[in-house]
Amino acid sequence: MRSAWLLLAVALLAHAEERRSGRDTMSPALRTLQADDAQHPAQLALAMGREQWAAGAKSCASCHGELEKLRGAAARYPAWDQGLVDLPGRIQRCRVRHQQQPAWAAEAEPLLALAALVAQQSRGLPLQPPRGPELDKAAAQGQRLYTTRIGALNLSCAQCHDERAGQRLGGSLIPQGHVDDYPVYRLEWQSLGSLQRRLRGCLSGVRAKVWDWDSGELLALELYLARRSAGMAMQAPGVRP
Amino acid sequence: MATRAVITLPAAVKAGEAFEVRTTVAHAMETGYRSSDEGARLLRDLVRRFECRLDGELVFAANLFAAISANPYLAFWLRAGKSGELSFVWHGDNGFEHRETRPLTVA
Amino acid sequence: MKRREFVIAASAFALLPEAQASDEAMRTAIRAWAGREPEAGVLKIDIAELVENGNAVPVRVAASEPVAGLALFTQLNPEPEVVHVAFGAASARPEFSTRMRLARSQRIVAVAKAADGRCWQAGVDVIVTLAACVEP
Repeated sequence: MRSAWLLLAVALLAHAEERRSGRDTMSPALRTLQADDAQHPAQLALAMGREQWAAGAKSCASCHGELEKLRGAAARYPAWDQGLVDLPGRIQRCRVRHQQQPAWAAEAEPLLALAALVAQQSRGLPLQPPRGPELDKAAAQGQRLYTTRIGALNLSCAQCHDERAGQRLGGSLIPQGHVDDYPVYRLEWQSLGSLQRRLRGCLSGVRAKVWDWDSGELLALELYLARRSAGMAMQAPGVRP
Repeated sequence: MATRAVITLPAAVKAGEAFEVRTTVAHAMETGYRSSDEGARLLRDLVRRFECRLDGELVFAANLFAAISANPYLAFWLRAGKSGELSFVWHGDNGFEHRETRPLTVA
Repeated sequence: MKRREFVIAASAFALLPEAQASDEAMRTAIRAWAGREPEAGVLKIDIAELVENGNAVPVRVAASEPVAGLALFTQLNPEPEVVHVAFGAASARPEFSTRMRLARSQRIVAVAKAADGRCWQAGVDVIVTLAACVEP
């Protein structure tokens, strides 16, 4: 186990100075929006998340106790549990299995609110997606998807976010595409949204087939992206244009 | 009860010292210029008025229009000589009204 | 699992040509609030010069002396008014902050109204870029 971390540390050091969070490439005004809790546009959602955490007889709190105990949990996603699961997916499973409630629709407000709240508990911690044989296979699939040209525009993720990060696309700065701050309040959405939502937006943007919510493709891509951003400090929930 | 507004102010202030109050209320601020996926126009639905009172006296008021972003954020500065109660009210289309109060502690 | 509907719109104002406010509409709105044509004056308008997304643009307006009210207007949004603010006796500073919508690159104008009836205005030009991709 220790040697795995050593390897990871070495790999990280080799890339550390090249990686920039999307948060650092935003304008000062938007950086402030994210950094200042009193101004952060996801405040209302976080307040809703706190209520949701304590709501009902079988509340999240009744099993998990204090929210602060989940510090570090969000950093270890996507994970493997009879299949790939990301943080919103894990929250859904808890809701169905342990709270006996019907699953929420994709991107439902209370689901995003809880995801934001749980992710916020890992503020400042490095992203540390877990390893394992099934996960490694899925991450490899994710990397293939990341580097394959798709859509009518025939673009791969890598072409924008690896090769052209820092350049502009239609007036907008192309970020490296790190996933350290998810879920994010995207000004374009005027709401919080998950990484899957953002990825589907990109797929639509290159006029490719948009993979379904929680599809194998989206989850594999999420896992690859988490590994690509491994070691970066989480600052969820984020703000993005 | 669902949180519909977030208000930030210092836990305690010195008499006469300026302090900032930051408010956000949950509201889509639908402009009336957007359409749904099916092409139906989404009707205008806005918060129109915000008032802040200190012990009943109006200290800050705003008339809001469609160009204010969703979940309207307003921040302003007050001063007080003694402790009291701040009350906040938002009024809008379709009978929208939301009220909050917060104690103001002057140390 | 039912999919939630998302609204397609690059910005809150989906660019309706017939509703484009003109300079004249802005000036009319300013006069309506101020009571007269304000003279050029000094007002602090804190806003990013280059705005990444026009849906929520942080802006702060401040006067350098106590005023009865401050207001903000836009030149090219579908409607010129943004917000009218009035200060009471317990106001500590003649300033406010908010988040506004900008439909496109344009000039925004802040106006101040003093208790004695004087009014003045100042403007700043803002460039607005929109998100590059469109959602499904």
